[in-house]
Order: sequence, then C-alpha cells, then structure tokens
Amino acid sequence: MSVLDKLLPEFFIKVDRDLCIKCGQCVNNCGFSALLQDKDKNVKPIHEKCVACQRCMFVCPTKAIQITKFPGTQKHNDYWDPEYINNIKKQANTGGILLTAAGTDKLHPIIFDRLFLDACQVTNPSIDPLREPMEIISYLGEKPIDIAIEFKDNSYILKNKLKPNIKLSSPIIFAAMSYGAISLNAHKSLARAAKESGILMNTGEGGLHKDLYEYADNIIVQVASGRFGVDPDYLKRAAAIEIKVGQGAKPGIGGHLPGYKVDDEVSSTRMIPKGTDALSPAPHHDIYSIEDLAQLIASLKEATDYSKPVGVKIAAVHNVAAIASGVARADADYIVIDGFRGGTGAAPTMIRDHIGIPIELAIAAVDDRLRKEKIRNKVSIVAAGGIRHAADMAKILALGADFVTIGTASLIAMGCTLCQKCYTGNCSWGIATQRPDLVDRLNPDEVSKKLVNLIRGWSLELKEIMGALGINAIESLIGNRERLRALELSKETLDVLGVKPAGR
Amino acid sequence: MINIDALNMDSRELNKKIKESIEDGHKEINIINVLGQRFIGNGIQNKELKITINGTVGNDLGMFMDGVDIELFGNAQDGVGNTLNSGTICVHGRAGDVVGYAARGGKIFIEKDVGYRVGIHMKEFKENVPTVVIGGSAGSFLGEYMAGGILVILNLDSPKIMKADAIGTGMHGGKIYIRGDVNANNIGKEVVILDIDDDDYKILKKILGDYGKKFNFNSEDLLKDNFIKLKAISHRPYGNLYAY
Repeated sequence: MSVLDKLLPEFFIKVDRDLCIKCGQCVNNCGFSALLQDKDKNVKPIHEKCVACQRCMFVCPTKAIQITKFPGTQKHNDYWDPEYINNIKKQANTGGILLTAAGTDKLHPIIFDRLFLDACQVTNPSIDPLREPMEIISYLGEKPIDIAIEFKDNSYILKNKLKPNIKLSSPIIFAAMSYGAISLNAHKSLARAAKESGILMNTGEGGLHKDLYEYADNIIVQVASGRFGVDPDYLKRAAAIEIKVGQGAKPGIGGHLPGYKVDDEVSSTRMIPKGTDALSPAPHHDIYSIEDLAQLIASLKEATDYSKPVGVKIAAVHNVAAIASGVARADADYIVIDGFRGGTGAAPTMIRDHIGIPIELAIAAVDDRLRKEKIRNKVSIVAAGGIRHAADMAKILALGADFVTIGTASLIAMGCTLCQKCYTGNCSWGIATQRPDLVDRLNPDEVSKKLVNLIRGWSLELKEIMGALGINAIESLIGNRERLRALELSKETLDVLGVKPAGR
Repeated sequence: MINIDALNMDSRELNKKIKESIEDGHKEINIINVLGQRFIGNGIQNKELKITINGTVGNDLGMFMDGVDIELFGNAQDGVGNTLNSGTICVHGRAGDVVGYAARGGKIFIEKDVGYRVGIHMKEFKENVPTVVIGGSAGSFLGEYMAGGILVILNLDSPKIMKADAIGTGMHGGKIYIRGDVNANNIGKEVVILDIDDDDYKILKKILGDYGKKFNFNSEDLLKDNFIKLKAISHRPYGNLYAY
C-alpha cells in the first residue's frame, strides 16, 4: 500500500490502562472490529476502523475508553474542510460515488430555530393541559368539505359518507424505514410501539415480515419502484398504503440495498433471491405523469376495495406546491413531504447534502397552495425530515402540516448515535444491520418501551404548548401561522412561510 | 358461469360486478363488450377462477393478481400483469407498455407485439418464477432492471434482429430468450449474449408447449430456429459503484 492510498483515521480511540479491567466488553460490542484484545487481554484499538458509534463507551463498566476526533490536524482551512479533503482522497483511491447515511450533517440554515411560538397573556386565558381536556387525536385521510348532521331520536347522526380515515392518538407516525435497511428486531420494536401508542409505523419499501402481520392495524405499507414484497396480502395487511415516489435524503434517485444485507429472511420478505442487490429504480416505471400516479392510486384502491387511505410520499423539491396539488387531485388521501434533512440507510453524499429544500418552507408552500385551490381537505399533509423535538413538531403543524413522521428521532430512542454508517451493515446497536450477532442485542421488549416513552413525552409536550397557546384541539393549531413569529429571517422567507417577524 | 355485459359500465362498476360474482361462488366469468375498462382482475386472490374477456381492456389488467386465469380476446393497453403474483394472463392480440412490471410469479402470454419497458424489474423467489412470452416483438428497455424470471420474445412477424434498444439494462437476475438476434450495441452493459444450451432448450420447450396450446400452433417448429439468451453478468451490478 502506497502512502497515497492511506487515509488518516477520523477518530482516535483512547484506552485508559489504569481504569481498564480487561473485561473485553468493548471488543465484543464493536460491530466494526475496531477493537481487539491481545493475549494478555490488553485492549488494542484500530483507529482507522472506528466510526464513533460510541457503543464501547456506553458498555465500558469503568469508563476506561474514550472516542475523540483524531488529534492530528491539518493546516487550518475554513474552505477546504478536512471532510472534503478526505473524500477526494477516497475517490482518488476508488473512483466511486461517495456514500453516506442518516440525514444531512451540514450546517444549512435551520429555520425551525428562528421560529417562536406564541402564548396567551391576560387577554385570553391559557389552558392547563393537566386539568383540562386537550385533544390531539388526529385522523389520517381525506376530510369532507362540510358535514351534514341530522338530529334524530335524541342523538346526532352524521349524514356524510366519509372517506376512510385512520385514527391516531397523536399526530406522530414512525417514518418509513425498510426491513433490510434496518433489522427485524428494529421493525418489531416500531410495530409494537405503534400499537401500544395508538399510532402508525411504516414498513418502508422492503416488504412486511410475517412476524409483523399481527400489527396490521398500525402499519402503513409502502409501494415503491422496486415493488419489493408487494402482493395482495401485503396490501390487505395494512391500515394504509403509501406510494413512495421520493425521499428527502435522496430526491430523484432510487435505492440500492447491497446484496450482503439480503440474507434469508430479507430475501423472503422482499421476495428476491438471497445475496442479490435490491435495486429500486429512480422512477416507478408505471408512473411517468400525474395521470399515471392517479392510475396507480386508483389501482391500489380497487385492489383493497376502497377500504383504506392511499398516500403518496414525495421529497421537498423546488416545485413541491404544484406537485402536491397534482398529487391531491390524483385522489391521494394523504401526502408525505420529506424535507432535505430526512434520513436514509444509504444515499450518495452529494445528493443527501445538496438536493431538496427545507421542510418548513415546503410545508408552508404546500398548505398555502392547497388552501388557495380549495383542495386542502382532500389530503392530510404529513411533514417529514428532521423533526428533532416536540417544539419542531408544534411549529411545523402551525405551518400547515397535519402530522409529522419521526425516523431519526425514533432511531435515537432505539440506541442510534448517528454515526452515519448504516450502509455498512455493521451497526453496533443492532438497528441498521442483518448480522445475527448484532441484531440479537436489540431486544424489542425493551426498545419498544423506549419508543412508547418517546411518543408519550412528545405528546405531553405538544399538549403543554397547545395549552400555552390557549388551544385545546389539534385542528386549531394546524396552519395557524398567526401563532408563530420569526427572528432574523429574510423578507422572502417570511413571505413563503406566511409568518410575521417577532415584534409585529 | 356468469355473463357480464360491460357496455357503458365504468371500471369501478365492472370490477364491483366481478367481485360480487366471485362472492356468489362463480368459478367462470365471461365478460363481453369491454371497452377500455381498467384494473380488471386487480388484486383478486383465487386459484379456481377463470375470467374470459371479449373486447379491448384498459390499463393494468390483472394487476397484483394472485392465481386467476384470465383470457382476453382482443387487445390490451398498458400494464398487463403489473406486479403480478401468480395466475395466467393470455392476450389474443397486442399489449401496450410495461407488461409484467415487477411480476414475481405467474404466466403472461401475449399473441402479438408489445410496447416499451416490458418485463421491467421482474423478480423471482424460490419456486415463484414469472414467465412472460411475447409472440411478436417488443419495444426498448425490455427487461430493464430484471431481477429474475423468464422473458421470451418470439419475433413471429417481425424482423429477426430486434430493433429495440437498451435491452436488459441494469439486469441482475433472470433470463431473456430471443428468437433471432440482437445487435450488441442494443443491449445493456450489464448483460451478455449467450447461445442456448441443453437446459435452456428444455426450459423453452416447456414454455413454448404451454404457449402453443393457448394459440393453437405447433411451437416445436419454432425451436428449430435460432434462439439467443441474455443473462446478467452479476447479481450485484452496482457493487463497485461506491467509495466507502
């Protein structure tokens, strides 16, 4: 190996010999083989292999191990970031496309952090959600334009024939993450938590494993361009069906699940041979227009006897409002809009970091457009991509979304530390891997409870925020931009958001 | 057997009628005067059902279908057997684009020509191997992204050297048999052209036997002609695409 082939390690593993009790837990837990033990059981780090997934630091009983950035430094340069230099060297070695995972880690402007919510003071009362009813039950699907009610025999009867809607206890959905990209235990944890919390999980495009059939009422199944695992049973074992057109982390391109992640179980669930790359083409080959999309929506509704909502997931791109209008008119029951911070199990770095627009702007633009065209009732709007906490959720609802999906946040609750190496299949936390030794360490009993806790915590916080706003029903928050103010955002951004500057 | 007259019915009404007939226990459904109705047989799971159609069907005939035997006397539009799971679709006529898209089982027999993107992303898993046989010729992007299954092009009334372009682009599983030949610059870089061997001959004999029965001709004679096979070079065509 020439010195030109070499890359400096990104991270440095420091083992404190005084604290280390040579128990070997760090070595056993490292999915990336970055730690070894010699014959005297001394821990030997291989810095080049470390990805800073932190599993060793969490398991070490004496805190004898530390991962830091590699201390050796380059001449300081604000323009040529060390990451860019390293990437060029990688590509000079391989001639390949740079691959990464999770949501973008670049410091693009964060609009969420420039938005602030209102609260009631004196002129109208705030509400105490601990004592008073606070309604955050949310319904996914098309709503009627108006309702006709008849009063008969001392009770009210709804006269409209409603389109299928799914009732969720909270406006949160676990984001689409496929079995194959993540492990079966991770999928089971999400399904169990969705059931217990009264919300939904989304299979992603990798089919539905038979162990998840019992959770059908809490599952959205995805139909993507690869059509993996899509058969009549798959469509029936779901509360809703979602056509995946795009994804915020990689708008406009397909997915390549590498053959080494396609083991027996993944192959039987995706219905492809073991070891074969699971290639999702960039487009659906039966969707080349809005009319074609309308046809696939109709086909899925026909196949399921018009019994469940059919949604469409698109990435937030420049003309997202016009596209969303087309999708709504194509008879979709909900639209997922995935912002540029959306996560992924694998995406080309250039695509992840440079394509798409922020979810805040996309949701505001779509909500505004659909209202102006008087078709806002035809779809639920689901905001995805980079929702970090309950306040982000409240802000995006106020900008016009009906629901949020959480992918990265749910993975973090499951143990993820955002090392961004999902595509290697070596996830030390048993999430983004199919290696049996690693998958086994993720216990769905334990992890589903973490997810249930997360949903509970965010739901309580949402109620607190609504209470401060003096709002007692989620519908009054959705699209209520008057209750947002912005700090230090440009006039153009404020115009798109439909939000006033703070102080006005 | 039940007869359904599709005259002046829209797609939804016709499909409702078909489903009601199945619920009433009918094993044979004969539909006449079909004129562009879509989604016929869509998502139906029934291994004992036979649907005979007279007329011209609209898009997505037999989409997501599981087990049904459909015979169409007339032409079909796009998406015949789209995401087909199992069953048989036999078209006595022509069909449009994306025949057998993402099919993972079942048989599709088309008597005459088909459009573009036929057999795209067909798959196979264990005993489920979809088979698509085209009597005429096919348009470009034939078998693109194919991950499994068998695609046979007979070129019965067409020039024996296929005019289609980008055949088998991104193919990573399955086989395409062509009666006649292709130009090397009309195929994807992920496939190779091979002569057929004894195993291929046996596979073709069986498939063409089934096909011949449907259209009443002696398919054995066809086997005397030259066939070629297109096969994927790798199950992981893009394995070397990335810098890790």
